[in-house]
Order: sequence, then structure tokens, then C-alpha cells
Amino acid sequence: MKKHFYDYLWIASALYLILGFFNILFAWLGLLCFMIPLMISIFGKSKAYCNRYCGRGQLFSLLGQTLRLSRNKPMPRFLKSRIFRYGFLAFFMTMFGLMITQTVGVFLNADSLKTAVTLLWTFRVPWTFAYTETALPAWVSQFAFGFYSIMLTSTILGIVLMVLYKPRAWCVCCPMGTMTQLVCKAHAHGKTEQN
Amino acid sequence: MAKRKAVVDKTHCVACGCCTTACKLHAITVFRGIYAQVSDRCVGCAKCAAMCPADAIRMEAAT
Repeated sequence: MKKHFYDYLWIASALYLILGFFNILFAWLGLLCFMIPLMISIFGKSKAYCNRYCGRGQLFSLLGQTLRLSRNKPMPRFLKSRIFRYGFLAFFMTMFGLMITQTVGVFLNADSLKTAVTLLWTFRVPWTFAYTETALPAWVSQFAFGFYSIMLTSTILGIVLMVLYKPRAWCVCCPMGTMTQLVCKAHAHGKTEQN
Repeated sequence: MAKRKAVVDKTHCVACGCCTTACKLHAITVFRGIYAQVSDRCVGCAKCAAMCPADAIRMEAAT
């Protein structure tokens, strides 16, 4: 099948994770992975991002399918249920909110900048090696650390799911995927299948 | 062997589009970002069902 430019977006995803080890400010680029899918779902009324452009999904396909790192087993029913998917989205958004609160704390000088990445919402890993003092305000770096924590955490979870179940098992509970599907559902409310 | 066709469980489909990349015949597409839908072109190869992370596709005898 003919390859398109978007078939190589996994390189961008991998590069993003690598760049975070060198300069945390690159974490800001991750906002694209939040904004683009939302924009496509709100204005394009589709999940074209998941379907075509998601570099992370492609990365999981590459690791799980091409490199055969996945067990290729069905996921437990519980993980596929709507309750879990919506619950995970709510949890994810709560943690995102907490991260924003921390950033605001640093912005208001109430908190000091913490040069650490929190993995799986629990383990605080010193990440000073990727931090260099710049003329930018501290909250810019605080947001970068917080955002990179989210991106790395979800990648780790995605890799675990990829190994244990199907290559793109992450897609089932991906908060962005759930959110964009909800937006699309709201758009299509009342409309039925065309064929 | 009886002819088979992919059938999508719409309540479990996450509309990720893994099935659309697996299908060589472009017989399965994502409808409005909500769920996958199968066209008449489906020959029942079950590649989509094997790929589906939500296990939302099952193969049924074509009617």
C-alpha cells in the first residue's frame, strides 16, 4: 500500500520522548497531541487524528505488530467497559488539573519549581539534567515538567498494555480517544448510519 | 465454507481506526468518529477482528 507522510508520525512521537531527556521545554510541543485531536473532532467531526495521524498509536503498532513485542491477547472485559474508559478519562483530567494547579502555584510564587518528572502519578524522578535556567519564567518550566510527566506516564502505560494485550490496547482507554469520541457522539446525536 | 462478514459491536468500538488500516479492501471505515462500519466489500478475512484492541469485531455468517 502507498505510504503517506502521516505514516511516519511515529518518528515525531519517539523524538518527542527523546527530546524530553535533553531539554524539558520540548514538552510544550506535546500540547499539539492535545489540541489537534480536539480541533479535528470539534470542527472536522471525526476521529481522523486517531485513525490516521496518531504517532503514538503508530509507535505501538510498530512495536507490537512489526517487532512482535505484543502477546496479542484480548483485553480483560473490565478494561474495555465504558465505566472504566470514562472513569479513566475523569481520573486523567483530574491529574491534569492538579498539574495546572501546581503550575499556577509556581506562577504566583507560592510554590518553587520542582525539576522532577512524576511517573505513574506516584514516583518522583529527579530530572534536573534536562533543565537549564533560561530567561523564561519558572512556571513555563514547571508546566513542561508536569506535561512531560503525563506524556511519559501514558507512554509507559501504553507500552505495558501493548505487551500484555493487543498492540494498540492503549487506544481503548486513551483519554484523548475517549474525549474525541464523546465529541463526535455529541455531533452525531440523532443522526443514524447512512448505509 | 460459509461466507463470513465482519460485524462491529458499536457499544464497544472505540473508533480508533486500527481495523481500517488492517483492511486491504477498504471495506471498513470509521463512521463520524463514533464506530466502525463494514461495507458490502467485506470478504470476511477477519484481519480487522484480529487487530481490534477492543475486540469489538466478530465474524458472522453473511446473510
